[in-house]
Amino acid sequence: MKRRIGSQIMASILVNSIYAMINYPVILINTLLAPLAILAVVTFASRGTLLPVAAVGALIMNMVSSGTSLQQDLSHLKNDMRLQDMIVSSPTSSLVYVVGMAISEIVYSIPTLAFLIILNVLFVKTTALGAFIIFLDMATIFTFSISLGFFLSTFTSDIIQSWGFSGILSPLLTTIPPVYYPISYIPLPYRYLAYLSPTTYASEIAQSQTGFYSPGAIGFAVSWIVLLSVTIVLTYLALKRSRWREN
Amino acid sequence: MKIRTESLSKTYDKKNQALRELSLDLNLNGIFSIIGRNGAGKTTLIRILSTELMPTSGKGFINDLDVVEKAEVVRQEIAIVPQEARPLPWLTPLQTVSSYLMWRGYSYREAKEKGKEALRELGLEGKEGEKSRKLSGGQKRKLMVATVISSEAPVVFLDEPTTGLDYLSRKELWQLLSKMKKDRSIILTTHYLEEAEILGDQIMILDQGKLVDIGGIDHLRSKVKLPYVLKVHSGNFKIEDDEVQVQPVSEKETFVYGSASKIYGLVPYLLTNKMKFTVEEASLSDIFEQYLGNEEEGGNDEKEDW
Ligand SMILES: Nc1ncnc2c1ncn2[C@@H]1O[C@H](COP(=O)(O)OP(=O)(O)OP(=O)(O)O)[C@@H](O)[C@H]1O
Ligand SMILES: [Mg+2]
Repeated sequence: MKRRIGSQIMASILVNSIYAMINYPVILINTLLAPLAILAVVTFASRGTLLPVAAVGALIMNMVSSGTSLQQDLSHLKNDMRLQDMIVSSPTSSLVYVVGMAISEIVYSIPTLAFLIILNVLFVKTTALGAFIIFLDMATIFTFSISLGFFLSTFTSDIIQSWGFSGILSPLLTTIPPVYYPISYIPLPYRYLAYLSPTTYASEIAQSQTGFYSPGAIGFAVSWIVLLSVTIVLTYLALKRSRWREN
Repeated sequence: MKIRTESLSKTYDKKNQALRELSLDLNLNGIFSIIGRNGAGKTTLIRILSTELMPTSGKGFINDLDVVEKAEVVRQEIAIVPQEARPLPWLTPLQTVSSYLMWRGYSYREAKEKGKEALRELGLEGKEGEKSRKLSGGQKRKLMVATVISSEAPVVFLDEPTTGLDYLSRKELWQLLSKMKKDRSIILTTHYLEEAEILGDQIMILDQGKLVDIGGIDHLRSKVKLPYVLKVHSGNFKIEDDEVQVQPVSEKETFVYGSASKIYGLVPYLLTNKMKFTVEEASLSDIFEQYLGNEEEGGNDEKEDW
């Protein structure tokens, strides 16, 4: 028979987002709460001055959350439901499975994304080129976190372990680093620690387009180089070193 | 279909030997039943052959295709219901079957149609639109079976498909599998030995990761010392003979195992004493017991790390 890759991708999207959203509509606002909470705190504490930074930061957080929820969803489907066993021994390849699952995370967060995009359009001042750069930036950090999520999920053997991973990753990548606030707010010796997180580079790129940070041409290029390198390495690991078939 | 393994071994966590140098070469038409005690290695073998699990050493082949090196090709040909697979609670049964078919590459519409058909065949048509979490345990199991039998895969692995099914549902599934085996091969594990016997064109007994024996029921029966059983409807039937084995089953029944000549030799005595009895060939359960029943401690050493 002729096998349709489109169908294989669609299956992941249906199962992991659309059917879940249809059958349990309450989860539609699920992904909105975390970014909205931090956005509110930062905005009120800065008396509104940091709203544009936080609005872009919330977008970055949303991209990272897609990766951590992917990690949790995949672990659950693999370890509790044994669904991944059925997929591994089916004609669906790991790449096709993950692409479908990654899209499903986007679909799942469409209500949140829509809200954040409106917020950004209203409150963030940038040029058309700036908007495009922010878009590329988001796409990169999304690829990074999806790869990380998939890579980790293939090593989990139960759900508690997978909660452990996402419980660590989420604050380390989104709440603590300068995602919701400018990096210049961190006192100097500690600033270097922030550079351990790839999200710092993503947010520097975004903030440079919204006038909250001016890294200069070299700084801007360095941010991109680091962000892209980390993403490429992780994507490579996800594709080549994930434990698709168990050991 | 051909299944072949060459010194296939699997050791978990460097210490737990689940399969030990298993070699078999099987030309199968129909159903292959794998039986053995808990922890014998049935699931491990099935997971390796279905390309889910890496062997530690040795090789496995499905239709001469190496399950490690040619996994992508093998995966076009097989479908499996893992022992512990459960339907996703937030999907309806129809969504469960059709999404699996889509993962196999069917279009949305084909998947829905074939899904409905499979649910009907397994008697789940009334449950199509309900969420799967509302199904009973046996219905969930049937739903998992429905996913793979609705597919086109010519080789189907079913790891304990009938556990938790009521007797009638089980018999229905037997009929379905017997129908299916005409155009595909089914590899099945079960603890219901009656089922393994009725369905299995070939039966394999595994013990502690090793092959005990393999073949049709007649072959297995020909290998045991006591291939006949005399069922006497009396609780206190006794004979002194080293070559038969007397097993009181209840107050009302005694089983006597022995060779054909020994068992038929007892018949005149029973007739003259007007005792009620039947003579049968040993069932797979009897054979299984003769193969594995005399061990000190059965199964694998189940060491738990506490
Ligand atoms: N993921 C695992 N990690 C470590 N050991 C395992 C794992 N899976 C199975 N084992 C061990 O391998 C041995 C064989 O297990 P397997 O699941 O293949 O047995 P089985 O014949 O399917 O048993 P059952 O009838 O209970 O399903 C057992 O001793 C078990 O403890
Ligand atoms: Mg098992």
